[in-house]
Amino acid sequence: MQYALLFHESAADFALRNDPEKAGAYWAAWTAYIGTLNQSGIVVSGAGLLPPDTATTVRIRDGKRQVHDGPYAESKEMLGGLFVIEVPDLDTALEWAARAPASGYGSTEVRPLLPPMPPVQA
Amino acid sequence: MTPPVHDAVVACARDSYSQLLSFVASRAGGDLSSAEDALSEAFLAALQRWPLEGVPDRPDAWLLTVARRRLMDLQRRENTRVKSTDMLLHALSQAEAAVDEGHDFNDDRLKLLFVCGHPAIDASARTPLMLQTVLGMKAERIASAFLVPPPAMSQRLVRAKAKIHAAGIPFQIPSAEEWPERLAFVLDAIYVAFNAGWETTAQDAPGHAGLVSEAIYLARALIQLVPDFPEALGLLSLMLHVHARQAARCGADGRFIPLPQQDPSLWLPKLIEEAEQRLCEAAAFGQPGRFQIEAAIQSVHAQRAVSGRINWPMIEGFYRVLRSHTNAIGARIGHALALAQVRGAAEAMAELDTLPGSQVQCHQPYWVARGHLLRQLGDLAKSREAYQRAIGLTEDPSVRDFLVESMNQQGR
Repeated sequence: MQYALLFHESAADFALRNDPEKAGAYWAAWTAYIGTLNQSGIVVSGAGLLPPDTATTVRIRDGKRQVHDGPYAESKEMLGGLFVIEVPDLDTALEWAARAPASGYGSTEVRPLLPPMPPVQA
Repeated sequence: MTPPVHDAVVACARDSYSQLLSFVASRAGGDLSSAEDALSEAFLAALQRWPLEGVPDRPDAWLLTVARRRLMDLQRRENTRVKSTDMLLHALSQAEAAVDEGHDFNDDRLKLLFVCGHPAIDASARTPLMLQTVLGMKAERIASAFLVPPPAMSQRLVRAKAKIHAAGIPFQIPSAEEWPERLAFVLDAIYVAFNAGWETTAQDAPGHAGLVSEAIYLARALIQLVPDFPEALGLLSLMLHVHARQAARCGADGRFIPLPQQDPSLWLPKLIEEAEQRLCEAAAFGQPGRFQIEAAIQSVHAQRAVSGRINWPMIEGFYRVLRSHTNAIGARIGHALALAQVRGAAEAMAELDTLPGSQVQCHQPYWVARGHLLRQLGDLAKSREAYQRAIGLTEDPSVRDFLVESMNQQGR
């Protein structure tokens, strides 16, 4: 089954990325984790995200395009990155989620992916 | 057909059903609901036919054949091929092959218990789910055991099964460090089943008769799997103590007899002895818990067979310890009744009054306790009202007769 691992981080966690004293440890942990994930051969795809202050949100309301600076909703923790992995079951996905650095300071959400859509009949 | 034979048939059908359910669901992509649909009709057919025709030589194979035939009929009628039905049919044939090979299905049932106790499932659904899938209890009965409206309980169960399937919770026995968390829910499920069976033994309630022995059987199986789990030993001790009083709980006229008035010579010494031994084994771990304390309370009651009296101060003391482990309504009502014996009805009544109204409104033991205490306090009108509420909430006819008599005694 395919699962998305969604890494949630607080504003303080995002700030670590550029903290002169702590950025080294932050990136070292992620580099190791991502390296191990890739080597295990379960990664379908994945990406890290720049902090939420770089986000732009779009909505169409009453036929008009509304563009806002910032993420879709302010909350304590924000999406910092994600992986899609292929593993046999939830327990295996949870094991990988537990190893993510984000689980130690923020949280990791595990969600099964929708199965592929059936092909559209011509 | 005599009740014991009927009980045996029901127990056999339920046993096979839950083992097969686990096996089939795990091989049909974890789709518990569909596996249930496929097998439950076969299970119902067994409940109708086995008592008349006798239990077949191979009950598992019988259930599977009926399930597969019905599923194929359904497929033919709907005239479509659905992938999930194909998968289910395949899983049913795999199960038939496994039966032929003499596969031991006990492990499959244990796996199902662990699936139901998985932390990814909403905690309030875990025990109910075990009761429904492993012990075949009906949703309405589970709802009443958990003091929850039946539609809410059904929804909770449907949601949990959908989550197992959608999230891909594996059917496997987890690593040892995960057992304590999941086993707590397993013990709850066993105890609820035991109580449901105990309360309905006097009635003709097919599907729930036999739950008492099933619960004891499951507790024994669990102890074999996890011998160093004192609460499981405590639970088994508790159930054995209660079960030992089977013959004493009803008079010759079928009338219900409350524990303090029972004739101890009718209790089964062999079961009491085993209960005491299990409790000793549990106590040796030095990790007291809810079930061990409840077993200890029953052990004090059992001592009346030797001493001729009930040591209420000791019971009240155990209830106080129990209250520090659980906030369960039953424990609080039990404590109030013990308090009445030690420090008088007024104090006990004050304790009962602290219970949240929403939870006790439809809780029969609460109204029995209230009627009993109000009578001791001399408030006969209110006592009568409470007894009436209790009678209205009672399912067991022998208990109902007893309560009507208790209510009328005071009116004179």
